[in-house]
Formats: sequence, structure tokens, C-alpha cells
Amino acid sequence: MLDSLFGIHADALQLKSRRMEVLSTNIANADTPGFKAKDVDFRTVLGWKLGVGNLQSTHVNHWRGPGHSDNGEVFSIPYNPAVDGNTVEIGLEQAKYGKAAVDYQATLDFLQGRVSAYKRALKGE
Amino acid sequence: MSMDKVFGIAGSALAAQLVRMNTTASNLANASNTSDSAEGAYRAKRVVFRTLLQDQAAGEQTRYAGSIHIGNVVDDPTPSPRSYDPGNPSADDDGYVWQSNVNEVAEMVEMTAAARSYRNNIEVVNTAKQMMMRTLEVMKS
Repeated sequence: MLDSLFGIHADALQLKSRRMEVLSTNIANADTPGFKAKDVDFRTVLGWKLGVGNLQSTHVNHWRGPGHSDNGEVFSIPYNPAVDGNTVEIGLEQAKYGKAAVDYQATLDFLQGRVSAYKRALKGE
Repeated sequence: MSMDKVFGIAGSALAAQLVRMNTTASNLANASNTSDSAEGAYRAKRVVFRTLLQDQAAGEQTRYAGSIHIGNVVDDPTPSPRSYDPGNPSADDDGYVWQSNVNEVAEMVEMTAAARSYRNNIEVVNTAKQMMMRTLEVMKS
């Protein structure tokens, strides 16, 4: 029901809040030795969903291609890794987090547009 | 819901950074401690952060994977400096006193770094809070 009402935006909102969660984990662990920063790479996830570059597998443990993970999280490659093995670059993560928040807000605006359209339709204005 | 986790994860980081800052305060407070033996001298403390892994967080209600916790607190291995000061009340039989191995400049840097990390995570919480408030308001328009 909600899917048909809000179209792609319901899924998009979930993806974007998921990305904010992953980025907040990076920022929280900016000082943890050996922590590897992650990100949700939209292009890669979309590629898997469309079957681009996927290897056929008959078992869950089969290798399904480079960087494949079920939750869409990929390790980000640092520009300058730290000596303690931490790959969080705090400035970069903050910039990403800010952009993720704007993306989330954009999806919210689309949703809000849908909601007000349905309300108008229901009232018959 | 995902946005809940942001609060949990950033909150754990706030707590961890506070422990780090408390450790720095303890180190600075004990910087001028003296002792009559190398073992008795105060050693600077360092906290080691650890990430809560997916397997460890399984079945837990309050802690999320990716949040941060204090792994352990270790002593700074730098040798304690010794100086000849027979007039000092804590001098040993030969007149030597051992000082703490706290480096005040390093502690100040550590404190600033902890404060900056704390502020970063506050910003994360703030942004997530704004997003959540806006999400609640979607149905209002």
C-alpha cells in the first residue's frame, strides 16, 4: 500500500538513512586503531541489483564478484591511511555525512510533495 | 529503524571520548607526582578504543554494531625520569626521586583531540535529530 502511494521514495529514504548510519559509525570510530571506514556505494548496489558483473552462485558462500556484500556496504579507499591502520578521514566523512543529510532531506521533500498532493486530492480542493 | 542507531553509535563515541578526556585529566593532575621507586612512579594512562563488531552486537538491545567501547586502559611504556634530589621527602636512600612519565604537552594535545572528536559526534547527533524532526513533520503539510 505504502509502496504504491509513495513510489520509489519510501525505499530511497531507507537507503539514505542507512547511509547516514554507516557514515556516523565512521565518525564515531575516527580514533579507533585499525578501524576500516565503510560507505554505501549506490552505483555498486544498483549494479548488483541489476545483475551487472554478478557471478552466478549456487551456494551462499560462493564468491560473487569483487566488493560484493549483501547489505551494500563497501570499504572506502583512503587517500592517506593512518599508521595505526585507521582509514577514517574525518573531514571527508563529515563532508559525506553533510551530503547524506541533504540527500535525505531531498527525499523527504519529495515525500512531503506526495503527501500534500494526496491530502488535496482527498479534500477535493 | 536506522536513524535510532545513529544516536546509539554517536552516543557511544561521546561516552568513549569523555573517558579519554577523564584519563587526560588524571594524567595532568598526577604529572608532578614523585616516588622513591620506578615501580611506584605514576605512569600516564592511555585508553584504547575498540569497535563493537557485528557478531558481538548480535542479540544486544542497547548497543549497536559499529558503536565504540573502551577496549582497555594501558600504561605509557616510556621510562620514568629519575633525578637527584636528596631534599625531596620521597627520595630513596641514595637521594633519587622518580617522577611520573606524563608529558604535559602531549596530554594537552590529547585533550584537544578528544574535545574535537566529541564535538564532531555532537554535530552528528544534531544533524540526525534535525532529520528525524523533519521526518515527523512530513505528514503535517
